[in-house]
Amino acid sequence: MSLFDHSIKELEEKLHNKEISVQDLVKASLDRIKEVDDEIQAFITLDEENAMKQAKELDESSEEKSLFGLPIGLKDNIVTKDLRTTSGSKILENFNDPLYDAEVVEKLKEQKTVTIGKLNMDEFAMGSGTEYSAYKKTKNPWDTDRVPGGSSGGSAAAVAAGELKFALGSDTGGSIRQPAAFCGVVGMKPTYGRVSRFGLVAFASSLDQIGPITRTVEDNARVLEVIAGHDEKDSTSANLEVPVFTDALTKDVAGLKIAVPKEYFGEGVAQEVKDAVRAAIEKYESLGATCEEVSLPHSKYALSTYYILASAEASASLARFDGVRYGVRAENVEDMIDMYKRSRSENFGEEVKRRIMLGTFALSSGYYDAYYKKAQKVRTLIKNDFEQIFEEYDIILGPTAPTTAFKLGEEMDDPVIAYANDVLTIPVNLAGVPAISIPCGFSSEGLPIGLQIIGKHFDEAMVYRAAHAFEQATDFHKQRPDIGGAAK
Amino acid sequence: MADDISKERVMHVADLARLHITDEEAEKLAEELRSIIKHAEQLKELDTTNVEPTTHVIQLENVMRKDEPRTDWITQEEALKNAPDHKDGQFRVPSILSE
Repeated sequence: MSLFDHSIKELEEKLHNKEISVQDLVKASLDRIKEVDDEIQAFITLDEENAMKQAKELDESSEEKSLFGLPIGLKDNIVTKDLRTTSGSKILENFNDPLYDAEVVEKLKEQKTVTIGKLNMDEFAMGSGTEYSAYKKTKNPWDTDRVPGGSSGGSAAAVAAGELKFALGSDTGGSIRQPAAFCGVVGMKPTYGRVSRFGLVAFASSLDQIGPITRTVEDNARVLEVIAGHDEKDSTSANLEVPVFTDALTKDVAGLKIAVPKEYFGEGVAQEVKDAVRAAIEKYESLGATCEEVSLPHSKYALSTYYILASAEASASLARFDGVRYGVRAENVEDMIDMYKRSRSENFGEEVKRRIMLGTFALSSGYYDAYYKKAQKVRTLIKNDFEQIFEEYDIILGPTAPTTAFKLGEEMDDPVIAYANDVLTIPVNLAGVPAISIPCGFSSEGLPIGLQIIGKHFDEAMVYRAAHAFEQATDFHKQRPDIGGAAK
Repeated sequence: MADDISKERVMHVADLARLHITDEEAEKLAEELRSIIKHAEQLKELDTTNVEPTTHVIQLENVMRKDEPRTDWITQEEALKNAPDHKDGQFRVPSILSE
């Protein structure tokens, strides 16, 4: 058994009783990485030496804090002081000395977690398979011929393979939930504004949120309790008190009203996925909840709306990569404009350039009203769909992704596969509501299937409550991928 | 409007985005953008006459602070630490004015 089969709460008790040390935990993480990461390829940067040094120091102190001493990893678009932050892009390959920590990192450091390293991702979080990373292709621990999902694929794969106690990812259109579903772990995208984005490399600033990827719902709630909260350095962070999410884990869903949108069981959704989610709905009914079919009529417009809005915002966010203040600059340039153009063209990948082009086009004169402004209005309709449902229901249930993990190379061959893969997660970002993915079954090929639970704005407590009740009534979260030998 | 996306249009947009693209890339991008925009034409089915655009989903308020330098944040030296080129405490870039 791995140390990471224990919950965060159990590890905290073991540390308190001196049954284990922080050095044991960090060593377990590093040993596991040595054992499996040649195959999984979850890390872009490892910080082994610092991690061991820090573990030793922590063992000499006698602090007791939530998450104390846990070995963790961060998606590589979360800025870490003095630790290389690439955002999966070649243009930041030399960004070795970031000047500050992201707010979430500062909060984790206050609790004395130990950062083991930075995790692989699609370049600037644009992708669904982590194959658009400029560094490496991460493999799914359940089947190494398949992708871990994306864009937070390194984070989900590392947690699923038992390399870390937990990881943080970011979610703009499904980038925490879809890889969590593909890798059989728990991934939460909090309400927009719940977690500070200070120090998150911006992709689409009106959609991006940071969230935890863990093995269990309880662990997830504990991590969000720490990283959530108002931050004066992020003007979009909500000035609201953060509830104690773990208090909501009552195992009781009797009387809850659950909405099941018919649009989430459409044509593109695989039969095995539908069956697993239908079985989950029955489980909720057997636990005393009421489930009813509803409609989110504008769902089919979400994909177009998202690609216009997210790309438009990305074209602005990525303007900062100009070869002047940080990042890579092209050599032997003719003049200033040539320096901008060549630094960017030579160091951005194909997918990033495609989205910058789409976004710049949508914002250009003559097209702004027809596409960008139109998409912003449709976004209002999509958001209204959710608000109407939540007047009557406590949560919405559906699949996280239409399929299980696809094979490496499939997304590269056909971008439509990748874009369509986000169709069930994107509406959530457009509406800004919180949603979690938890394991709810396996395909005939043994690949994990994710259940998506969507809640009202700032009602993560209800999402966790529903997720936890299902998890405790099932065994899916106890399954482990068969990698690096058993008996770990 | 998707059919308006010519190679020339793509070259112009690339210039606005400060990207250098070859003729061949422009052809390919024009094709890709046409297909993405064609898909987005479906939004026109919706009547949005009286719909307000959403820029942010939660109510935002301007956050103000006093216009005072934060000397405890980063120093000039640190700000230059990751720069590809700098001189005399400033970022250095190619000349922008010809002689």
